[in-house]
Amino acid sequence: MTLDQLVLRFQQKDTIAFEKLYGMYITNICGVITAIVKDEDLAEEIAQDVFIKAWNNAESYTASKGRFFTWLLNIARNAAIDEIRSKSYKTQKQNLSVDFFVGILENEPVSEAETDYSGVLKLLKNLKEKCTQLIELLYFRGYSQKEVSEELDIPLGTVKTRNRNCIGQLRKNMTAS
Amino acid sequence: MDIEKYIASGVLELYVAGTLSEEENREVHRNAEQYPEIMQEIEAIEASILALSSAAFTGKAPEYHTITNLLKSDDRVRNLSPKKSGSWISYMGWAASVALAIGMFWIYSENSQLKSDLEMSNQQNLNLEEQIAVANDSKAKSETLLKTLREKDIQVVLLGGQDIAPASYAKAYWNTTTQEIYIDAEGLPEPPDGMVYQVWSLKLEPLTPTSLGLLSDFTSDTNKVFALTNPNSSEAFGITLEPAGGSDVPSLDKLYTLGVVSS
Repeated sequence: MTLDQLVLRFQQKDTIAFEKLYGMYITNICGVITAIVKDEDLAEEIAQDVFIKAWNNAESYTASKGRFFTWLLNIARNAAIDEIRSKSYKTQKQNLSVDFFVGILENEPVSEAETDYSGVLKLLKNLKEKCTQLIELLYFRGYSQKEVSEELDIPLGTVKTRNRNCIGQLRKNMTAS
Repeated sequence: MDIEKYIASGVLELYVAGTLSEEENREVHRNAEQYPEIMQEIEAIEASILALSSAAFTGKAPEYHTITNLLKSDDRVRNLSPKKSGSWISYMGWAASVALAIGMFWIYSENSQLKSDLEMSNQQNLNLEEQIAVANDSKAKSETLLKTLREKDIQVVLLGGQDIAPASYAKAYWNTTTQEIYIDAEGLPEPPDGMVYQVWSLKLEPLTPTSLGLLSDFTSDTNKVFALTNPNSSEAFGITLEPAGGSDVPSLDKLYTLGVVSS
């Protein structure tokens, strides 16, 4: 079954299709949320909520407005950002800065537990720091081009092509192994 | 549509990120349905973000059955029996809510008009910024070029047209210290399809040609200045027309321009 068919069945409340989609994307969604909340246990909880939300709002997805993964990504980012804005989170964690991937590259402890980020290191090899930040802001934080340009202090008109070059390097790293 | 240019613009990367406007999303979706190359590119971009996001999570993701009992099923349709009411108060109430609904609708449509106007001018703004970025980039390139050509120890060699194309010419700017050579090929005709110009460094006695490289992407290169490396102690330079990919030895019957280095 193609992805389109799977998504269509999911929208018709087919639990078998939903289970497949869950299996395809749960790890990615956990990863996206971890990059924001920097706590894998908490990320797992939020990811479960994200999929429940997706199931309950299945009819709001339309293929013409974007990829299914992009739709999920958006729900996940919003849920994770809501969490870090919540009071209980603020009292627990101090570090709210946007530097998950840069932190890994600079070998700063991201969470208390020792974690193996060799996969991330391989994928981000040879990427400039600006590139890593650009990818984190656009994909993992949902920043607009304008917000990225202000945050990283680069001209608005160059965000698009710069991001393409950065993703190009990421793709190169993905295929080289 | 120029698909390559469309892909190179970076719009598909933003499509996957979900930062485009609804209008732009629909346009990308339409193009992806029409051109398989665009769809493939979108999938490849998405795959890279999927790889990075799954690498960001090192634990074991919760299994599907952990959420199954939390899913709402569709059997919660409720039936409400209608209440009887007929007093004038309820009619007033209905009338007021209809008036309110009309008012709300008007405000809503005004608001969406403003929003779409705003989005459009933001888009125009962005397009202008992109044009500025491109212009700056090409200005910077021209300045670098000019600076290079003005350097002190650069040798200028005029390559005159030969039998096959007497009107053509080229210039070589050779920096013997840095061993860089710039070929200004503005005076050469556009090469036919499947052919490419190849630049040769020549020793005269005996005649020994050494290839310096190809003038690739001749047609799309706007300033027609090509940078090559020349570590040889050349006595002359020549440009020949060769089959795509270049040749090991020059086809002397296709020698377009030739010029001797003054010593």
